[in-house]
Amino acid sequence: MIPELGHFALIIALGLTILLSIIPMWGAWRRNVTAMALAPGLALGILCFVSIAYVCLTWAFVNDDFSVKVVAANSNSLLPLMYKFSALWGNHEGSLLLWALILALWTAAVATFSRGLPLLMLARVLSVMGAVGVGFLSFSLLTSNPFARLLPGTPADGSDLNPLLQDPGLIIHPPLLYMGYVGFSVAFAFAIAALLGGRLDAAWARWSRPWTNIAWAFLTLGIMLGSWWAYYELGWGGWWFWDPVENASFMPWLAGTALVHSLAATEKRGLFKSWTVLLAIFAFSLSLLGTFLVRSGVLTSVHAFATDPARGLYILVFLALVVGGSLTLYALRAPAVSSRVHFEWVSRESLLLFNNVVFLVATLTVLFGTLFPLIMDALGQGKVSVGPPYFNAVFVPLMALLAPVMGFGPVSRWKRDKTARWFAELALPAAAALLCAITLPLLNAPYNVWVALAVMLAAWLVFGLARDVWQRVRSGSHLAAGLRRLTPSYLGMLLAHLGFAACIVGVVATSQYALEHDLKMQPGDAKVVAGYEFRFVELVPVRGPNFVADEARFEVYRDGALISRLAPQKRRYLASGQVMTEAAIDAGLFRDLFVAMGEPVGEQGAWAMRLHYKPMIRWMWLGAILMAVGAFTTVLDRRYRRQRQTATAEQPGLAHGV
Amino acid sequence: MGSRLKLFLPLFLFAVLALLLFRGLSLDPMEMPSALIDRPLPAFSLPELASGELLDAAAVAGEVSLLNVWATWCVSCRVEHPYLVSLADSGVRILGLNYKDEDAAALRWLQDLGNPYQFNIADRQGTLALDLGVYGAPETYLLDAEGVVRYRHVGVVDERVWQTVLEPLYSELRAAVAAESP
Repeated sequence: MIPELGHFALIIALGLTILLSIIPMWGAWRRNVTAMALAPGLALGILCFVSIAYVCLTWAFVNDDFSVKVVAANSNSLLPLMYKFSALWGNHEGSLLLWALILALWTAAVATFSRGLPLLMLARVLSVMGAVGVGFLSFSLLTSNPFARLLPGTPADGSDLNPLLQDPGLIIHPPLLYMGYVGFSVAFAFAIAALLGGRLDAAWARWSRPWTNIAWAFLTLGIMLGSWWAYYELGWGGWWFWDPVENASFMPWLAGTALVHSLAATEKRGLFKSWTVLLAIFAFSLSLLGTFLVRSGVLTSVHAFATDPARGLYILVFLALVVGGSLTLYALRAPAVSSRVHFEWVSRESLLLFNNVVFLVATLTVLFGTLFPLIMDALGQGKVSVGPPYFNAVFVPLMALLAPVMGFGPVSRWKRDKTARWFAELALPAAAALLCAITLPLLNAPYNVWVALAVMLAAWLVFGLARDVWQRVRSGSHLAAGLRRLTPSYLGMLLAHLGFAACIVGVVATSQYALEHDLKMQPGDAKVVAGYEFRFVELVPVRGPNFVADEARFEVYRDGALISRLAPQKRRYLASGQVMTEAAIDAGLFRDLFVAMGEPVGEQGAWAMRLHYKPMIRWMWLGAILMAVGAFTTVLDRRYRRQRQTATAEQPGLAHGV
Repeated sequence: MGSRLKLFLPLFLFAVLALLLFRGLSLDPMEMPSALIDRPLPAFSLPELASGELLDAAAVAGEVSLLNVWATWCVSCRVEHPYLVSLADSGVRILGLNYKDEDAAALRWLQDLGNPYQFNIADRQGTLALDLGVYGAPETYLLDAEGVVRYRHVGVVDERVWQTVLEPLYSELRAAVAAESP
């Protein structure tokens, strides 16, 4: 009964999204205030009904209702409770419902927090989001109904959640990632609404900026969690594989990064308007493309969902409508004449343009590499894939090119600047960075040129920022007054750029200095890796709630002192018989110690063991967290709050919106 | 007008991409390019694991069967083993290809864990496996009554794989045999 209630709620939600996509849009066209004013109410109604559907499916999971197909296929009565909640999105149908829920959340959030927008704009924005909602809800209901029953033939127990997904990291990874993906639909809706209204101006950029930053922050966190999960759960210590599904989340992030920067120029200087609109369309289109790639089965991947050509075709048609439609609108309505606003080559605008070019090229190279197997297959050239060597060869130089220019960004001025001033400002940071590059890697012999280069770039960014902060704070009458002058948007930029610097150091140091030993060990054996002595103490069988495991107990000594006990496991899940490697990690700011079990070798309880020493790997994820925190911080800026009040004061009706 | 046309460029690029994706829908990336499907097993002459007598492709034919590639060093094979035993108990003919293994260890394994195999081809050097194009253990090939390879499964055979993939094909082949010899 409850699942049917959920199904029914989902159908009502679809009806409401259809209304939302038509009535306010019609109202905006006919200037009908009543029709337009319906939009926020409809948005809240959709949220309400999608939530009901979501709660109903969760109820089915928690109560082990194995007559529901997705529950039978992805849950088990022995599954720990918290994974019953997350099992909902560990499959195609459920994750689509989560997509729909998050879209409803964003739509309702726009309806709630943008009351100050001109009604005309708000109606169009919500209507566009409603249209996106129609696509996803109908996709869910027509091709992948999450409430489908197995009647008759209800199994006695479920086949259990894929053990890879039974992990705390995976509980929050998909929701965060979807918050990011779907969040770009807000920037997209604002762009489309602005194109429809023919008003691409600073106000439009100011409205969409906070939403874009929040979406970008969520996507950053989602990608970071995915990488962290791959690191400790897949059992071979890798943290990024250039897998199609990873790329699917990375492409919107790259395009989104370009968008975040381009919006700055549009808001502050009224520049790059067409370009910004195009990037907003790109970022969301790439999110949709990712959805297509993951669910259509055109590419192989470790975490692709069960695939079905009918579903693939459905998303492709949806993709063609959304992207094709918006690009047509763009071609017809975007301002073709170049802006009358001028800027010199030596200016902040140029630097932002450079950022945009780098990120766009990066997006396109990742897109090309991801689709390359498909292109070759479609041309009848057989099954090929480009793999990490291609991506590393194109991506690393791009980022290396970005960092030196990035250092100039914060100190640069809009419109016109002087190279002489840049050199005066940044000579000291540059010298300090060089000094760091020469000395810091010496602490960890042998000297490594790549690490030196990474340290130099990161130090260049950090010292450049420090110099800029000092300049700003100094201009206040005293320290506290100076600090108060730093706005949230400035602080956000500061954190995000520091995070990027931390990422550079983390990625390069861990790639260059990591030590990996695969060896046969039996209880009593010991091995020294990078000065840490790993002692294999004993092998014990353990039993978990829904698995049995062999657990290898290790003690790690440094200079004779015990610093950590590690207990990696080799688990066999009871319901599916799947075998999983559970790595044990001693995490630290400057190094991770990582032990994973391979296969048993021989008779005396010996196992193939994988011992890793990973220096500074945490920096990469801490950097990503800093970036996300930075993006969240910018939203606190006073001008976004003030805008709401002024907008309300200025624009009581719709007269202003045309 | 020229600058307006420029704005159509993204749309044009997207159209090309959409066509490519549409083409991609009809291609299956998971398809293993196995040249052996619908071809007889490659010729071989290898000893039987327990008896040591030489086997060739003729020994394989006669009945619809599963040819399971396994080894004692393969953990997944240990996971798969109990299910194979229960399949054999239910009457499915399973043949073993003991892959790059030690005879003594393999025989002990069969003694300890039960023997689902009608016989085992001892492929100590991995020559037959090489001809078959084995990626790793376990793999399972579905052979028809003439010893022709009809399907290849990479990875563990469990209840799910058997019910959804192998069993339907197996029943179909059995029905074809029954239809030929009433």
